[in-house]
Amino acid sequence: MTTVAAAPPASAPRRGGRRRRVREAGLGYLLVLPAVAVFGVFVFYPFVENFRLALYETPPYPGLPSHYVGLHQFAQVLTSGAFFQSLLSTLVFVVMVVPTGLLLGLLLAVAARRRLRGMAAYRVIFSSTVVTSVAVAALVFGTLMDPVVGLLPWLGIDPRPPILDNPTWALPAVAVMAVWQFLGLSFVLMSAGLSSIPEDVLEAARVDGASDWTVFWRVTVPLLSPTLFFGVVVATIYAFQTFGQIDILIGPANAAYEHVNVLVYNVLTTLQVNRTPGEAAVLSIALFLLTLGFTSLQLRFLERRVHYGR
Amino acid sequence: MAQVHFRGATKRYGAVLAVDRLELAVADGELLVLLGPSGCGKTTVLRMVAGLEEVDEGTIVIGDDVVNDVAPKDRDLAMVFQSYALYPHLTVAKNIEFPLRQRRIEGEDRRRRVAEAAASLGLTELLGRKPAQLSGGQRQRVALARAIVRDPKAFLMDEPLSNLDAALRVQTRADIVALQQRLGTTTLYVTHDQVEAMTMGHRIAVLRDGVLQQVAPPQELYDRPANTFVARFLGSPGMNLVPASVTEPASVTEPAPGGVPAPGAAPVPVGPPGDRVDLALAGGRLALGGEAALLARKASSLVVGVRPEHLAIDPAGALGARVVIVELLGAEVQVVCALDDGTQVVVRQGADRPRPAAGELVRLAVDSGALHLFDAESGVRLAVGP
Repeated sequence: MTTVAAAPPASAPRRGGRRRRVREAGLGYLLVLPAVAVFGVFVFYPFVENFRLALYETPPYPGLPSHYVGLHQFAQVLTSGAFFQSLLSTLVFVVMVVPTGLLLGLLLAVAARRRLRGMAAYRVIFSSTVVTSVAVAALVFGTLMDPVVGLLPWLGIDPRPPILDNPTWALPAVAVMAVWQFLGLSFVLMSAGLSSIPEDVLEAARVDGASDWTVFWRVTVPLLSPTLFFGVVVATIYAFQTFGQIDILIGPANAAYEHVNVLVYNVLTTLQVNRTPGEAAVLSIALFLLTLGFTSLQLRFLERRVHYGR
Repeated sequence: MAQVHFRGATKRYGAVLAVDRLELAVADGELLVLLGPSGCGKTTVLRMVAGLEEVDEGTIVIGDDVVNDVAPKDRDLAMVFQSYALYPHLTVAKNIEFPLRQRRIEGEDRRRRVAEAAASLGLTELLGRKPAQLSGGQRQRVALARAIVRDPKAFLMDEPLSNLDAALRVQTRADIVALQQRLGTTTLYVTHDQVEAMTMGHRIAVLRDGVLQQVAPPQELYDRPANTFVARFLGSPGMNLVPASVTEPASVTEPAPGGVPAPGAAPVPVGPPGDRVDLALAGGRLALGGEAALLARKASSLVVGVRPEHLAIDPAGALGARVVIVELLGAEVQVVCALDDGTQVVVRQGADRPRPAAGELVRLAVDSGALHLFDAESGVRLAVGP
């Protein structure tokens, strides 16, 4: 019958199709394998291992066995006074770095848009902090803040106690450097954001009677909001993770160290000075959750105020 | 409402002269169209009025004030941009009220004006929407509403119809004309579309490479173009231009150059022999009489212009030609012909007339009363007087 006769040719291509799909899928898995392997070894495994480590108490002397304590270690670390001090330092640091870094970046970007002779050179200079290594920048700032050869003695101000050893000024000093270092990225981000704003919309506002100030606040800033939002998220994560600056400028041997012991630095000192990997693991989980929490809060509440072009 | 005067207004971009010593007066309440091909400087002229481009030399006067150094916000103008330039983060209502807000017009007055402007452009239903939620035509109307919501000294419109589809463009064109008539606001309207210019402008200013070519009412521009550029730019298609030389009148029986006998060459006008000349062009001859003959005699070499509607396919025509393409446009037909010397001309005829086929050899009759004469070198129209 016709149906019987029609069946084989109909099923043949289907079988061929399945074989092709399997082959394609196989090739796909093969191609992502290197990436999965690299991420697995350097990201996923340490990530999971960190959670496991947080459940074990490790004695500070090498060679002694660690033993399982479960969530008890979390409670112990996260309710300690040292943790609150560290958390507070972190939040203060974020509050100092994020708005300043973004506003200065925006200011520079607005200034760099003026069509002036030599502006291209300034743009390169403004964005150069992105490619400056933390170590080099920290040495420069360390010298600038040095109590003997630094900027303040040169200006005739006697910095006693030295800024970087001063419990009040050590953290702001690190923040200044962190802002400086973030400025390059902030400038590049804001410049890109500004150049995506259609020129004629700004011109329309000027013809409609708006002053430069009004154009900036009523048109430029709202149209820049996606960039500003992205900048806030990136800057917050950057501030949460500032480590090298603190390590090189202050270091764990400094008297003011306790006041700059932000979470990410606390993880290191707990590991290397206190030699308690379990506690360090708990702290790094706390930092992870804090960053995650902040970012999702920003996504949830800040993004509502963001205007995306279309 | 105000007059707008350009007095030697000049704009340079580096070595490029974008607008060259523009002298132009736009009357109070007039709709003046700035027409020209892209890159001719017409948008620059508009932007100079708006204050978005600095005037390098000369002055621009709005009303009684020289505005060269007046900031855009203080010029009291309203501009409609080609891209509409709506504020994408604001609703239609907020877009329309933006200029009022800047001028501290508050409360009930502002609400009433926004409502009126929106109503007159059919936007009342859309007041709560953002520009991204509107169609092209709707955005265009919001841009217009934002311009008319207050009573500026002048409207500046930069190709406001170029992003609309053909049908909508015709409709909006009529709407803008009606709106301008109702408000009586001085309007500068920039376009590269000569149909738009012809249908909308009280007067048209034709620009080319930053130089003003001619300012005249549409019909005069069409009937008496000042030079070959204007002649070709206006009309669709533009005027046919054929180089010609002046010779003494030939007898009717004399064969035309090229050995082809001219069956009934163009009729020789009656008058004294000195008043008549022949034009030798594209392997044919045209007889001229009267004023045109006097003009032709003064020029060494000239270009003859004739509108497509003043050419006809006629076995008794003076010029030989080969049909290249026949384009049917519904009510009319455009026949593109190559004259004997290769010059292409367009003949416009009614669709009811017999249609030649491509490749066919035809003869073209010229309405000698509708000839335009231009100087071959300068391209300037030959005119009576000094």
